[in-house]
Amino acid sequence: MTLTTLLAQLPSALRKLDPRHLWRSPVMFIVWIGSVMTTVIAIADPSAFAWTITVWLWLTVVFGNLAEAVAEGRGKAQAASLRAARTDVSALRLLPDGTEETVAGTELRVGDLVIVQAGEVVPGDGDVVEGVASVDESAITGESAPVIREAGGDRSAVTGGTKVLSDQITVKITSAPGETFLDRMIALVEGASRRKTPNEIALSILLVSLTIVFVLAVVTLKPMADYAGAPQDTLVLIALLVCLIPTTIGALLSAIGIAGMDRLVRVNVLAMSGRAVEAAGDVSTLLLDKTGTITYGNRRASRLVPAAGVTQDEMRDAARLSSLADLTPEGRSIVELALAEGAPAEVATDGATFVEFTAQTRMSGVDLASGRAVRKGAGGSIAAWGGGVPDDVRATIDEISGSGGTPLVVAEQTDGVTRVLGTVHLKDVVKEGMVERFAELRRMGIRTVMITGDNPLTAAAIAKEAGVDDFLAEATPEDKMRLIHQEQEGGRLVAMTGDGTNDAPALAAADVGVAMNSGTSAAKEAGNMVDLDSDPTKLIDIVGIGKQLLITRGALTTFSIANDVAKYFAIIPAMFLVAYPSLDRLNVMHLATPQSAILSAVIFNALVIVALIPLALKGVAYRAASAAAILRRNILVYGVGGVVAPFVGIKLIDLIVSTIPGIG
Amino acid sequence: MSDTTSGLLTILTLVVVLAAVYVPFGDYMARTFTSTSHTRVESRLYRLVGVDPDSPQTARSYTVSVLGFSVVSIVALYAILVGQQALPFGRDLPGMPWDMGINTAVSFVTNTNWQSYAGESTLGFAAQAGGLAVQNFLSAAVGMAVAVALLRGFMRTRSDDLGNFWVDLVRTTFRILLPVAFVAAILLVSFGAIQNFADHTVNAVAGGTQVVPGGPVASQEVIKELGTNGGGFFNANSAHPFENPNPLSNLLEMFLILVIPISLTRTVGTMLGRRKQGLAVLGAMTVMIGAALAVATWAEAGGHSQAARLAGGAMEGKETQLGTWASAMFGVFTTGTSTGAVNAAHDSFTPAGGGTVLVNMMLGEVSPGGVGAGIYGILIMAILTVFIAGLMVGRTPEILGKKIGTKEMTYVALYTLSVPAIILVGVGTAIALGSTPDAMGNPGGHGFSEVVYAFTSAANNNGSAFGGITVTSHFFQIALALAMLLGRFVPIVLVLALAGSLARQGKVPTTAGTLPTHTPLFTGLLVGVILLITGLTFFPALALGPLAEALA
Repeated sequence: MTLTTLLAQLPSALRKLDPRHLWRSPVMFIVWIGSVMTTVIAIADPSAFAWTITVWLWLTVVFGNLAEAVAEGRGKAQAASLRAARTDVSALRLLPDGTEETVAGTELRVGDLVIVQAGEVVPGDGDVVEGVASVDESAITGESAPVIREAGGDRSAVTGGTKVLSDQITVKITSAPGETFLDRMIALVEGASRRKTPNEIALSILLVSLTIVFVLAVVTLKPMADYAGAPQDTLVLIALLVCLIPTTIGALLSAIGIAGMDRLVRVNVLAMSGRAVEAAGDVSTLLLDKTGTITYGNRRASRLVPAAGVTQDEMRDAARLSSLADLTPEGRSIVELALAEGAPAEVATDGATFVEFTAQTRMSGVDLASGRAVRKGAGGSIAAWGGGVPDDVRATIDEISGSGGTPLVVAEQTDGVTRVLGTVHLKDVVKEGMVERFAELRRMGIRTVMITGDNPLTAAAIAKEAGVDDFLAEATPEDKMRLIHQEQEGGRLVAMTGDGTNDAPALAAADVGVAMNSGTSAAKEAGNMVDLDSDPTKLIDIVGIGKQLLITRGALTTFSIANDVAKYFAIIPAMFLVAYPSLDRLNVMHLATPQSAILSAVIFNALVIVALIPLALKGVAYRAASAAAILRRNILVYGVGGVVAPFVGIKLIDLIVSTIPGIG
Repeated sequence: MSDTTSGLLTILTLVVVLAAVYVPFGDYMARTFTSTSHTRVESRLYRLVGVDPDSPQTARSYTVSVLGFSVVSIVALYAILVGQQALPFGRDLPGMPWDMGINTAVSFVTNTNWQSYAGESTLGFAAQAGGLAVQNFLSAAVGMAVAVALLRGFMRTRSDDLGNFWVDLVRTTFRILLPVAFVAAILLVSFGAIQNFADHTVNAVAGGTQVVPGGPVASQEVIKELGTNGGGFFNANSAHPFENPNPLSNLLEMFLILVIPISLTRTVGTMLGRRKQGLAVLGAMTVMIGAALAVATWAEAGGHSQAARLAGGAMEGKETQLGTWASAMFGVFTTGTSTGAVNAAHDSFTPAGGGTVLVNMMLGEVSPGGVGAGIYGILIMAILTVFIAGLMVGRTPEILGKKIGTKEMTYVALYTLSVPAIILVGVGTAIALGSTPDAMGNPGGHGFSEVVYAFTSAANNNGSAFGGITVTSHFFQIALALAMLLGRFVPIVLVLALAGSLARQGKVPTTAGTLPTHTPLFTGLLVGVILLITGLTFFPALALGPLAEALA
């Protein structure tokens, strides 16, 4: 953030001086009232001191507004680019009698069928009910590679504002104009639909009650000061009040919330409410689909086990030969593994015939010109082909199956003699870095549960390898729901991702349900967040962002309250120096004069808001660690730091302020 | 034995004895509140008043019971005080004036025991024993009941059941307060406190006769300390030789003051099934009371003025046989527990010492606080701490498996706000009145301290008197009565509402992501938050009173 961004938002910060707007932040509203009062006092009885105080009180309010304006400014830019996608389009509506009519996109109603052809913009959110097309969704996701949308299945949703690149689809409209995904997205990033979240309200209550205590402390200070023979100017009392009430957090609170949503938008996740972002920080159970999230989604060759009497190289080369023409991911992975284990780059296959996998033989392989046939297949198929497999290979097969993997046996036949060469171990491969991330989650106190359709044996093996805490095997949508309810029953907040229509109930039940943008509209409707990149691992980032939001709020609250200690030490001795000279011993900062002391505290109070805007927007640094460790660090930085910083800051400002004639 | 040696020995003895009873007594109290069986006497009592002891109460019903019971108590006590001439053992004394009657009735029902009268010259034995002493038991029991209800809020899951107020009240009285008070009274009599039903006329040393006031003193004295009440039988309170004859009785009284508030932390740990939590709370209390003790002893025994050095300590207003150490100690314990008994004139404490006992009350009576009230007070502060600190670990704040949401925070914020608001408004109003400087015993900062002390003591239900100030005007009688009433029941209503909302919640399991609330770090934070909130609220008032004086 630069000075230019701050200045650019100055006009909108000034517009926010409207008390009707400030009323939403009671702390800043009090500052506003104080500013109005000091202005009146300064006009009635002008002095350098009165005017300087007045100017800085107004600046305090403006700085608070500036924080909010800057936070909103980021969203506004994004909204503008989204709006560009929402051009007025016309739609080709399909009437019940089979005829077509051209209508404006805004006239479409839920349930209408429209035909969208190549080159046209989809007129509204809907599900493809007929046809298949490639769609450019860059307007929404920023991803330029086109995606396939087809009728039926989990990739049927299309979003209004995206563009069909090829073919033709019939779309059933699922949301009314003005309520489309794009509309909601614009409203969200603009902050138009922003409402205070539960935690924000709870914090506001605390801030308001602190403010009330300080108002009482300052109001009752007047008669106390009168009794002490040191009557106080209203101006000074207002300055004291503004310094004491938690203006720092009061000014930055809404900016923190907006910035939190914005951070999500930056990782291409749209939260439908701030509440969902907060809930993400509280999540204690993550339900993760195995396929695509934890594993690559395909089984891959992980090991080549030669049979007794066969060399590793011979097995390796045979396995590769058998898979040369196998274009399935499993086949490719066998070739890759063989190459990685040192197989020669080139292999002579002149005159060879490739044998495709068929449902009858359940094997694939190659017949070489030399008459040698190489096959790979399930143990049973090879046994049927070659008349049995040796015991050591059978043992390997059992071992691999037992560990949740899939064994493929490789064999060769020359002149009618079959020789079993060994076994390929196929297994689900856990994505790189997942083990570390799960360990990280465990440190944060989050339980991970893997959801898979696999049998319990396979599931257990993958779960162990990935390091998840628990798994749900052979999971049906009902099982998922049951698991969610069971976790919630125990007081845990559950987060999950999903894309299919059958995920919708679970997404709705979960506290944080992240729907994949590629998924069905039902899923997107049910979840409270949408991931535009459709990347299920992002759930982990979302949790981090939720936590960061809460930490930032807590840290700045602590900082704000801790600051008051120094302000008291600056202002109270200054106020009562004449009546009780002994109180000068509390003037530990050795501030020049009573006026410079009060002014320095007020200026510090205003400047600290500006100084903390970048932190409020960026969020407090968050690393996965136990709660105790995070607390220790943040207490040190924002608690102890919050006590010390203003002593230094006020002293420095006093050195400058005391040079002003009439004050120093 | 030097003052220092005896002081250190007294502290050591207290620590050892408290440590010895901590576990058994704390667990005994936990059993008292969780047991499902009633004694025969209790069952008969429940039948008599028409209460079903086995029917649980909701937060609302519990609150109505507490308030209803207290209103009836105030009315009954007022009638006794104002109409005492109709009672036996009346010593021919007239009834109290109406404003003093209201002040005193409210004072004893709110467990404050602020006294705007001198016991020996104002009240007959029936009013003392049948009115005030009865409320000494009952008001203490009410505090305990509310604390237990809050604990049940933490213990229950998705429930409306906070237990039964009448059962908690009866059990606290009959199973905890009465037995301990009975044994302690006999001990106190054996140490030399008096227990009779007559005044005696004696021949004075200098000739002529003198009436030496008597009365059922020991029995009232023990519950005065045990129930953290503090209202003395005599005007001189525990500085009077019939109430507190010697250092040994002084030790016993300090033990009685501390035993329930301290042991209740064990009860908390046991009832919640989180013993370490109880220790963490005890740790915070110990740090605060320890620091106060150190400062007060330094100020009183240190000899910081010419006169004090000559006398071997700041001896003005102190009982010589007890000395500076025991006076400072008693002062710290009595203000830290909302007891308010005194064995020395706090008005005569050095500015730093007087400021310390004042701050001790301003902390909100949580170090360790009154019976029951201290526990719910510090738990509220723990929630506040959790809210601020909990956000800093990136979760919706939670404590003991309960989330601190909007509703809970509203109750906690109002609780935190209520007593300081009463004090500030009270002091502000009083000081703005032209008549107040005439009521003060001293001019300047010290006189101001007297007013601050009076409202702080009343609103925090301590009852400790700084002395010096004359509080018998209509304004002070009524203003302080209001401060006591609001300072007692506004927090109680909020605590019970909070308990109800906690009980209705589910329970959040503890994970590595949960902010631990039983560690030294948390204890430190808790102390920090309490000091910070107190400091921020009262710094201006303190600066104009004790600080201005102490720094001069």
